[in-house]
This record gives sequence, C-alpha cells and structure tokens, in this order.
Amino acid sequence: MEAESIAKLESVYSRYIEQEGNAISILQGIQDAFGYIPEKAVGWFSAKSGIPESKFFGIVTFYAQFYLKPRGKNVVTTCCGTVCHVKGGHRVQFQIHEELGLPLDEDTTRDGLITIERVACLGACSLAPVVVINDKVQGRMTPDKMVRQLRKLREKKP
Amino acid sequence: MSREIIVNVCMDTGGIASGSLEVMQAFEDEFKRMGLTASVEKHCKLHRVGCFGFCARDVLVNVTVDGVCTTYQYIKPDMVERLVKEHILEDNPVSEWQVDEEYEEFYRLQKRVVLANNSKIDPENIQEYIDIGGYGAIKKILKGMSSTEVIECVKASGLRGRGGAGFPTGLKCEICARHKEPVRYLICNADEGDPGAFMDRSVIEGNPHSLIEGMSIGAYAIGAHTGYVYIRAEYPLAVERLNIALQQARDKGFLGNGIHGSGFDFEIKVKLGAGAFVCGEETALIASIEGERGMPRAKPPYPADKGLWGKPTIINNVETWANLPPIINNGAEWYASIGSENSKGTKVFALTGKIKNTGLIEVPMGISLRDIIFEIGGGIAGGRLMKAVQTGGPSGGCIPQAHIDMNVDYDNLVKVGSMMGSGGMVVLDETDCMVNISRYFLEFTQAESCGKCTPCRIGTKRLLEILTRITAGEGKKGDIDLLLDLASDVKETSLCGLGMSAPNPVLSTIKYFRHEYEAHIHDKRCPAKVCRKLLTFFIREDLCTGCGVCLKSCPAGAVSGTKKNPHRIDTSVCIKCGACYDVCKFKAVLKE
Repeated sequence: MEAESIAKLESVYSRYIEQEGNAISILQGIQDAFGYIPEKAVGWFSAKSGIPESKFFGIVTFYAQFYLKPRGKNVVTTCCGTVCHVKGGHRVQFQIHEELGLPLDEDTTRDGLITIERVACLGACSLAPVVVINDKVQGRMTPDKMVRQLRKLREKKP
Repeated sequence: MSREIIVNVCMDTGGIASGSLEVMQAFEDEFKRMGLTASVEKHCKLHRVGCFGFCARDVLVNVTVDGVCTTYQYIKPDMVERLVKEHILEDNPVSEWQVDEEYEEFYRLQKRVVLANNSKIDPENIQEYIDIGGYGAIKKILKGMSSTEVIECVKASGLRGRGGAGFPTGLKCEICARHKEPVRYLICNADEGDPGAFMDRSVIEGNPHSLIEGMSIGAYAIGAHTGYVYIRAEYPLAVERLNIALQQARDKGFLGNGIHGSGFDFEIKVKLGAGAFVCGEETALIASIEGERGMPRAKPPYPADKGLWGKPTIINNVETWANLPPIINNGAEWYASIGSENSKGTKVFALTGKIKNTGLIEVPMGISLRDIIFEIGGGIAGGRLMKAVQTGGPSGGCIPQAHIDMNVDYDNLVKVGSMMGSGGMVVLDETDCMVNISRYFLEFTQAESCGKCTPCRIGTKRLLEILTRITAGEGKKGDIDLLLDLASDVKETSLCGLGMSAPNPVLSTIKYFRHEYEAHIHDKRCPAKVCRKLLTFFIREDLCTGCGVCLKSCPAGAVSGTKKNPHRIDTSVCIKCGACYDVCKFKAVLKE
C-alpha cells in the first residue's frame, strides 16, 4: 500500500484502538478516510491489531452504511419511507435509473459521477417524497424535478 | 431603538430542506443593510430554533416584539425585506403572511410537554435552556432526593417506554437499581429506524439538553456513571447538535466528574449507528455498541439484568428520557393527571401521509383518533376519503376508518391489531392499496431481518413472495389462508421483536381489508388502482387536447399521435409506469 494510505490508517488506528468495542468505529474511521472500505485496508488493520479480518467483513456486510466499492463523486439518496412510498417516491426512483441509464440493481454510473442509494426513512416525512443530493435534503420531489437536478450534477462535471 | 425584538426561525431538518437557512441569512443581511447590526446584539436577537411542529407550513418564523409574538408561515427569503421593514421597523405586522385559524386549530388539542420548548430556544446554546429553567430538575434531585425517591416518582407518574411496547419506565429503573452488580449502564436509543417516525430526531435537533438532563436523572436513579446515545448516522444534524450540546454541558460541569457540583459522576458517549433497523431492538443495539454485528439474542436475561458488557443496563428512547425533567419538576401527580387510565402523559406523533396538516404533534394519551386526524390534522388532503391509519411502522398495523373514534393509547392500539411503536402515524386515503402497503412493509422487514433465526429470515421472505405475487396479479386461491397461517407462525416463533411483529401489517390488512386481497386474487383487479401490473392505461379522446406531453414522457414509446389530435396508448408496448398519467394536465389519461 502507498505511504499516504498507511498514514491514514495509522491515524485511524491510534484514534480507536484503545476503545472498547471499537470494530465499528474503526471501520467508520476507515470509510471516512477513504470514502469506502478498501479490502487491503482491512488486511492491514487486521495484521496490526490482531482482530481477524472475518470480524471486520462480518460487520461491513451487516450494516448498510459500509461500502466495499468506491462511490461516485455525487451521492443521491432516495428515501423509501412509508410516506415517500405512498406519495410516489418509487416513481422518482424509477426516473433516476431511467435518466442515468442505470440498471435497477446497480448504484454507480460508469463514469463514477453519481452514486444512488436508498434509505429506509430520513424522518423528513412532511416533505415527502424526499431525496438527498450531496447532503442537501430536498423535499416534495417529482420525477421532473429529479431529472433537472441530475442534469445539473452532470453539467458541473469539469 | 429600545424595544426587545426576537426573531425565531425553524431550523430542523424539515425547515432547512424548506429553505430556512436562506431565510435566516436574509434576516441577517437585512439587519445589516438596515443598519440594525449595532442593536442586533443587544436588543434584536436572531434565533435558530427547533421544529415548530407544523412542518407543512415551513418555513415558520416567530417575530416577537416586546413580548408580543407573531407567527408567519411559508416564509421565503424574498419576503424578509418587507417583514423587517414593516413589522420590526414600523411596528406594523404583515397580516397576510401570518398564520391563520387553522394554525391555531392545529395546536388547540395538543399538549406540549416534551416539545414545549422546541420553538423557543436555540438548541446550540445551553444558556437558553438554562434560562427557561433547564437543568433545574437534575439540580433538584442532586440536592435533596435519594435515588429511591426518584424511582418512586417516576413509578408514580405512570410513564411507560415511548419506543415500542410501553414497559413501565420506573419499574425498569427499579430492577436495574436493585441489582447487586455495582457497575451499570444507561443507553438512549436514538436509532429511530421506523419509516414514518421522526419525533426523536426533532427532540434532539430542537432541545438536546432535555435529553442530556433526562439521562442524567436516569443515571442518578440507577447509579450509572456512563451513558450512551446510540444514534442513527442518517440524522447528521441531530448528531451535530447533540455533540455540541454534550460539549457545552461538559464545559459547564453538567457532565463529567461531580456533575452540578455534587459528588455524582456521569458522562455520556455517542455511538453512531451504521444503518441496521434491527439495532432498534435492545439486545441488538447492545451488540452494536460492543462493536459486533447487531444481532439480537434470546431474552431473558433482560438487559436490566445482563446488558452492555454483561452489566445491568437500562435502555430508553429519546422521548422517554426527555419526559423525566418535566416529571421531576412538576411532580408525578401532575404527570399522572394527563392521559388515560393505563397510559399516562403525552405522546409525540409524527402525523404524515395523505393529511392536510402534516407535522409533529404532541397529544395527551387517550385522545381520539378522530381528533388527531380531523381536528389537528385538518382531515384528508384533496377532499378524498380516509381509508386507514398506519401506526407503529413496520411492527404496527393499519387501523381502518371504522375505528376512528377509538382512544389512542398503548392498550387500545394493541387491541385493534396495531401498536404504539415509536409513534409514526401515516394516514392513508382511498387511493392507497392495502395489499401494496402490506407488501411494502414486508419488503422492508425482509431486507432488515438480521438472518439469525429461521422463522424471520425465511418466513418474511416467503410472505413477501406471496404478497408480490398477489400484487402482480398472480395470486392463487388459498393465498390468504396461506398468508394467515405463515404470519402466525412467524409471529409466534421468531427470536426478537422484529420477527414477532413483522407479520402485523399483513394480519391487520387482511383483518380489515380482506376484500382488497380478494379483488387482487380472484378478479385480478386493484380497487385503489395502485398495483401497476393490474392496470391498463388509456387516453380519453374527448379530453385529450393533443398537447404531446404524454408522448414525450413515455419511456417505452407506447404513446402515439400528432399535435392537436387525440393521442393513444398501445397497450401491448405500455410498461405501465404511469408517467403519462402523472404529466397529463387535462386528466385525459385514465387507468383501470
């Protein structure tokens, strides 16, 4: 691994290794540093800490928040909560896949520009259907508005 | 200018999404531009506050001049200039932007205990909480109450856990306090995972110190010195405000060694959830704090006996903890005077769905469903008919219109086949298909099942398959009985609350809306016109103006026609996505 990556891992190591029940915090630290969980990083950590790799991967695959693959530059999260569901959130989702030309079981565009993800509920039900575009919550979304937002993200591309 | 002016802007997640950051900025700019900056510090305060409750009217702004408060609704940045000029400078409130009678009506039947100060104080400023009497309850007990007295007080108040089944909070404390093991832990469950519930988020975003104070009271009662807040990472603003509040409390000596100058030590740590619904289950949550996969284990032993790191642990959700300061301040009798026979106090509900006035409400227990939906909620949006209310999220059920006069409390909700849960209340109208709703919840629980026990792992999967088949028009005779049979097996044999309650949406919808299931299975028809595979889309020639919007919106190329002439849909090509139905301004696209 490169020196820069190792430096990042060392910093995560020193921050969390003393804590009780640290495996999840370590992984959250790694993901903060790299944007995802690189397999090599887990190997490095496991060798250094003596915590088996299987324990880390067990956690990574259990919780929805961890990613084993790099994510797109922009993240678009659609809420799949009950209210968003009854207020037509699935049509917004459908439109996103349509606009990006992304099959329903894939989440990142080929050019790595946009990753789409789903979340069970953001708790902004009064604004349903809700979409989060790069950490900004946007309410009362419609398929049309969504398309405009996605095109904006594409235009920003250098 | 010697007048006291306070401007409060709603700045919770909902408010911010509606543009309150921009409104706040506009006020700041306007103050500067009008040369009010000098007086801003002293006499003219601009405040960020938590959720007002009536989220449908966001952005809400309170302008208080010399103690007279005016509330404005639907405020946008470009309206700020006039507000500042007319109301603040000329003392002439802008009447047409003020809230109306309906706004008053929204609050009339509410009783705000937990949310009382949400719209009054800046959640990022501890002093404002202190100024309204905050941290008075913990000081009171540290000075003159024994832990037993505190527990007795909570017991007498009749408070029950606000996160699910409603176990008496005082009793839980007592079991934990009596344990012979001296090291105990205290946990706040802020992993509010139920879709359609956001009351815990609003409490932390609006008044995080009330949670810290409540947890401190609980810690003193059971003799715990470490508390954890397990909070969803999906709530970034709540996490940020909680961390700010914790730091401010530490700086003031309200957390740490010898809190509030007493001999009692208490510290709170924050643990971020990593996105697993099952972690709302207490034993799974404990496993997750310990850094493991969040899988539940069999109970007993209960956490009060053997919890975090094997020590006695007490877990309550945010709302439960936030109820403790008012109970200590006002006394158990006061609290027990609110609510119904076996459910005391108030309950916060997230009132959403097909209702006019969506938002966060707090009502006395035992209020009728009718009052909630038609008085507070203002009835169904768009003049449609109400069909049901879904409560308790994926663990709850759908209550039909026929039970509209029931009184809402723990026991009554269970009686009609639902539950309190954390307090989501999603109103459904005649355009919602109950089979589809039931399928939606099963899709959720099936995905969130941790996989440890077979009934839940495989049972929810099979339930989902059957429901999917029914909504796709491939239902078979006997499917309803099969669902009932399987649902009761899953309910009875699952390991934890997730599996035990996962079939509730299926059972309650079959109980009250069996005819909808039958229509799907036998007539291959979706009465609410939701299940796409059972619909046919067509265009009424007499209504179609030939504008061509549907043609453009159709992703399958199923619409044909020339400008200004009626279009038509080729049903053999149509993928039934409903795009044409959504875009048609002339209601010419029909579905059947």
